[in-house]
Amino acid sequence: MSKQGLSVTVTGINKKFGSHVALDNVNIFIKPGEFISLLGPSGSGKTTLLMILAGFARPDSGSVKFGETEMIRMPPHKRNIGMMFQNYALFPHMTVGENVAYPLKLRRTPKAEIVQRVTAALDLVKLAQYGDRRVDQLSGGQRQRVALARAVVFQPQVLLMDEPLSALDKNLREQMQIEIRQLHEKLGMTTITVTHDQREALTMSDRVAVIDHGKLMQFGTPVELYERPANRFVAGFIGESTFIEHEGRTLVVRPERLQVEKPGQLNGGDWIKFAGRVQSVIFQGDSLLSTVLLSDKAGGQGVALQLRQTVSRTAAGNGSLNIDTEVEIGLHRGDAIFLDESKQ
Amino acid sequence: MSGQGGTSLGLTAPAGLNAEGIAEDIRRERRNLRLLASPALGLVLVLIIGPMLWLFYLSFYNEHGQFTFEHYARMFDEGAYFTIFWTTFEVSAIVTLFCALLGYPLAYLLAQMPARWANIVMLGVLVPFWTALLVRTYAWLVLLQRRGLVNDTLVSWGIIDQPLALVHNLTGTLIGMTHVMIPFLVLPLYATMKTIDPNLLRASGSLGASPTRAFWSVYYPLSAPGLYAGMILVFIFCLGFYVTPAVLGGGRVIMIAQRIDNSVSLYPSWGAASALGVVLLLITIVLMVVGLWISKLARR
Repeated sequence: MSKQGLSVTVTGINKKFGSHVALDNVNIFIKPGEFISLLGPSGSGKTTLLMILAGFARPDSGSVKFGETEMIRMPPHKRNIGMMFQNYALFPHMTVGENVAYPLKLRRTPKAEIVQRVTAALDLVKLAQYGDRRVDQLSGGQRQRVALARAVVFQPQVLLMDEPLSALDKNLREQMQIEIRQLHEKLGMTTITVTHDQREALTMSDRVAVIDHGKLMQFGTPVELYERPANRFVAGFIGESTFIEHEGRTLVVRPERLQVEKPGQLNGGDWIKFAGRVQSVIFQGDSLLSTVLLSDKAGGQGVALQLRQTVSRTAAGNGSLNIDTEVEIGLHRGDAIFLDESKQ
Repeated sequence: MSGQGGTSLGLTAPAGLNAEGIAEDIRRERRNLRLLASPALGLVLVLIIGPMLWLFYLSFYNEHGQFTFEHYARMFDEGAYFTIFWTTFEVSAIVTLFCALLGYPLAYLLAQMPARWANIVMLGVLVPFWTALLVRTYAWLVLLQRRGLVNDTLVSWGIIDQPLALVHNLTGTLIGMTHVMIPFLVLPLYATMKTIDPNLLRASGSLGASPTRAFWSVYYPLSAPGLYAGMILVFIFCLGFYVTPAVLGGGRVIMIAQRIDNSVSLYPSWGAASALGVVLLLITIVLMVVGLWISKLARR
């Protein structure tokens, strides 16, 4: 199968629905073969952007190029993109095999080659034995795989996915995230997926485009987004975080970066320190999530700070906090994320 | 926890716990269901099945009360009967075809419209549907006659020189019947079309199908069951249609229902009328079974 994708260049996309601004001057350059996610809350415009890439929606202005070819006025069926829909959109009057063969038939592929490529595609998604099944005989996860096979069987150079995993249960979703990622590495087409699940975006993507209110907030690798969020929205949307005004700047505090001790026992290293009282402790299996109400006059007074401690059997007992005790919390200066609010 | 399942709380359930009561509930629900259905079933039995069996019985007796096959034999001997049957099926088939050709785009339009507009247009389909059949038929008579609105308009626009013979013939019958029958095709078809996921057409487009190709390979096959259901409905209604062909056909288009009426009112022969009715019913049943079988094949 194909080993290359096309670059996707999105320039100056604007789209209004009436007076509502759905997309506001969006610019994204996606490298050939890259796997990216459009991440944002519902109503952020991420799906509208995907529909514009697919050709199902027209922007008011802007340009979409696949490679060097301008696509913006090209109808969907001439764009040669693979697309996976949220509800899979499998054709109910065709068998699994016929569904996968459909794009090949449209391209007048010779019969023998269709058979061979459909078999290969179903093999790829681990449904080799299911070619003759009717679509309504499949489970949700199997339908998802058929949709994937159908979207890649004609070796498109760009693959679009609209919330591809949202209908699956948690375990299956996590398994499919890894499978889709592996498939992408095997086939190499440029892949753009829409999701509102930040964990899914971080797991699957080379880079993530965070979108809110029709604006591109940040476009970067998962590590960049987590470690160097461009603004408060990204910091709050990616991972858990509490914002504290500290030394005149906004400090983003991640729950898992905090050290907690009895007052006065936090030694060694360059700590940013807070004092507070434990409000609640929640057992979450792999970790304890505690809430500490800060009383520190230096910063964050009245802020409920979340902190996460990993649970290990040997540490149980001495590691966990007691409700209503006074504690001291420390954040290594090296782990501190300060927002540069001047950019906003 | 030692994983002893249901006994982990130290409780044991006796075999068949509550089984008696649960079975009793099921029996009672079934009884109530039968009770609720019985008035309707009784009506069907008394008003439809009974008279039909009575007609079937009558068709084997002549006016002197003697057992005979003459009513059936006559149908095969006299060419006039063949003509009537042929006309009936021909008119029904043409009307069904017209309904399909006019009704499919209409249903498609309705299914694509935003709900608010669709409701308004649907009223346009339903208002004539709710108007009395006789009123609609006479309205067409007024519109289509020699000096009617249609002919006058066409002449005044200079499209034709002489008024067309639009009524008291096959043309009038077809126009009137098609108008009466269209809702029976549109309603089931529209219901089917509304169940088609619009994303399927998008998917088809993204996979490389032009809009025309997407329609024929995805939309049409998925809407076909509704189309077949509507066509079968229209065709069968047409077979027994009386009022509209009688008024608009002007005696030139004789369908079975009119022949039955003649048998009863002109020469009071209940036997002959019954025999015609029985044959029409049998042919209808056969066609319906074949029609359903074909539509089931098409769905596979």
